[in-house]
Amino acid sequence: MNSEIVLEAKQLKKSYHKDRIEVPVLQGIDLSVRRGLVTTLVGRSGSGKSTLMHLLAALDRPDNGQIHFCGERIDNASRSRRDAYRNQNLGIIFQFYHLLPELSAIENVLAPLMISQSLLHYFSNRKAAKNRAESMLDRVGLLHRATHKPCEMSGGEMQRAAIARALMTNPSLLLADEPTGNLDTDTGRDILALLDTFNQDDNLTILMITHDDAIAEKADHCYRMTDGQLNTESVHLNVA
Amino acid sequence: MYRWLLCFRYLRTRYIALASIISVTLGVATLIVVNSVMAGFSAEMHERLHGLASDILIECHLAQGMADPELHIEQIMEVVGDDVAGHSASVHVPAMLGIDFNGQLITRHVNFVGLDPASYDQVSQFGRYLLHPGNQHQVSFNLRDDGYAPDREGFPASGWGYRRARVAYERALEEERIKRQAVENANATLPTNTAPQGSQPTFQIAAPTELFAEDSQAEVASEFDASKEQFPGIVLGISTCSTRFRDSNNEVQDHYYCRPGDDVRLMFPNASDNAKVVNQKFTVVDLYESGMSEYDSTFAFCRLDQMQEFRGMIDPATGVKSVTTIQLKLVEGADLNAVRDALRARFPADIYAYNIQTWRDMQGPLLAAVRLETTILNILLFLIIAVAGFGILATFFMIVVEKTRDIGTLKALGASGKGVMSIFLSYGLLLGFVGSGAGLFGGLLFVQNINSIAGIIEKITGQEVFDPTVYYFNEIPTIIDPFTLTWVMLGAMAIAVIASVLPAIRAARMHPVNALRFE
Repeated sequence: MNSEIVLEAKQLKKSYHKDRIEVPVLQGIDLSVRRGLVTTLVGRSGSGKSTLMHLLAALDRPDNGQIHFCGERIDNASRSRRDAYRNQNLGIIFQFYHLLPELSAIENVLAPLMISQSLLHYFSNRKAAKNRAESMLDRVGLLHRATHKPCEMSGGEMQRAAIARALMTNPSLLLADEPTGNLDTDTGRDILALLDTFNQDDNLTILMITHDDAIAEKADHCYRMTDGQLNTESVHLNVA
Repeated sequence: MYRWLLCFRYLRTRYIALASIISVTLGVATLIVVNSVMAGFSAEMHERLHGLASDILIECHLAQGMADPELHIEQIMEVVGDDVAGHSASVHVPAMLGIDFNGQLITRHVNFVGLDPASYDQVSQFGRYLLHPGNQHQVSFNLRDDGYAPDREGFPASGWGYRRARVAYERALEEERIKRQAVENANATLPTNTAPQGSQPTFQIAAPTELFAEDSQAEVASEFDASKEQFPGIVLGISTCSTRFRDSNNEVQDHYYCRPGDDVRLMFPNASDNAKVVNQKFTVVDLYESGMSEYDSTFAFCRLDQMQEFRGMIDPATGVKSVTTIQLKLVEGADLNAVRDALRARFPADIYAYNIQTWRDMQGPLLAAVRLETTILNILLFLIIAVAGFGILATFFMIVVEKTRDIGTLKALGASGKGVMSIFLSYGLLLGFVGSGAGLFGGLLFVQNINSIAGIIEKITGQEVFDPTVYYFNEIPTIIDPFTLTWVMLGAMAIAVIASVLPAIRAARMHPVNALRFE
């Protein structure tokens, strides 16, 4: 439990406005994600899990509170810093995979590198980038599907491609928003096993959002979220 | 990198963009075709206008003209000698052309020009528009044996061969007429013949010699052997002595009232202050066809020395000759207006009754009208591409809505707003490039085959695209100007990019969370 804190949220508050009515979603969230651990955030639909993830991914700004990544305050950083944070320091996977339908699996995996590098830089390093993308696809067991478009793949394969894409830039933290929410039980189990492998082999830090208690309880660290508040910090089941 | 990859993929997969590409293609192709044809027309017109007009024209308004053209040319060379490449003196005089046609007289008003063939070719392209290939090479005012207009189907037999045959026929006709007259006279002496003379109308065709019975040269003509000799040579503008029409099969036909080998009559004033009409016969030695109806229907040319003699423009005491016009050809790159202004300063209007003009001054309204027409056509056609631009705008808005989740994904992966914006701007640029590239190819192909295409359109519609009774050219003239192609393509691409700016801004401003949640 004494490992370094990778991501920390302090007193996060976020409300949405519908007409003139304020709808509070997050009401003072304190959260810390430690390096090398799998942290889960469990809660019902509408409890504010996804909103919290969007704030932690710097896709949105909190009304109040602070977010620190490896000690650096990220919530009020410049737009370009927040873009770079998502590109370099974070990997994000979604319930609905969000692969780009026009690109093949390997091109989707290469997308974060293409975004961060200029045309010239990308072409001068394209061999190394392609090798890295193939190796990532190989690790998620999808090398044979490298040239396939998302529409030619199953849900499990798309999520594997999304994991390969999220880890392409070797991020410090993987944010997983209901990664098994759209998959059948067996496929979901395979995906969780794959994430577990990355966690074990690469010491990958994972923050996973789920509504499934069974999945949440297998994590090293579990937060339960109710009505915009993290009520309890659960027992650390798998911490040695 | 990702923006180019994505916009290439969008181009390949979004067939709705094809509609925008086609509209840009059609607009660009139309602009290229219209500009090429207009440039062709314009260049052809410039060439023909300039061909006869030379660069600078110095006209004298006096009835006697300007005396001693050599002295004038020396004075001109002193002022603008460095800019002058060639010069020619000529006499221009209004005249009435009389053509004998089936015993009747056809009259036309013409601008009668006496020119020196050797020097006139230095300042204009007069010879080039003559029908006989020999005259195109070396202008001559002597009738040639035959070989006129070898490329022209249906051009009647002309030259000495025709002239001899015609004279022989006319003589035979005359002999026949004399014999008949003798028989009629003999019958008239018989007492049984009581029919009153002249009580019935006669439709006898008068012999050509009768038409000018009061001619001062009638006596000379009686000694003149038309089968061996010719009158002074004259070149007629083709439309002064012909008419173009469509026959019952809708085929274009030319009918010639006279042709090389025929004799015509010119009536023009002499050069004295108390002007008298000079009535002179000429032999048509060739026809002039520049394609400009204004020239072809008004000009007639003869030799300068003969014209000076007929008009009395040679001083009997000193032998000094006069002319009415001096034409100058300038060296390449010379400033027309500067030379004109220098000459106007040398020959001020308050002292000399000279009118000094450039060929552009003379044809100014026509050239300005063509320029205006081209400009308006270009504006209208660019409006067509602008309409295509609105098509791109609408299409792109649809694509941005369709791609909302992908925009969210890209932003989640770290793409900046500018990066997302550039995807759609690049997409617009690519679409404009492909559309205008296809338009360029299609337009050039069209221009290359415009005459065959015009033929096909004529077959389908039964309507002549360029009516040869109106336009005096066999093929549609086109000029492909690389500068025009470049600005048309750049303009089309600019419109495509401008049309994609609003959708691109909308994509760039899209909130990533809303985009990711978009259903």
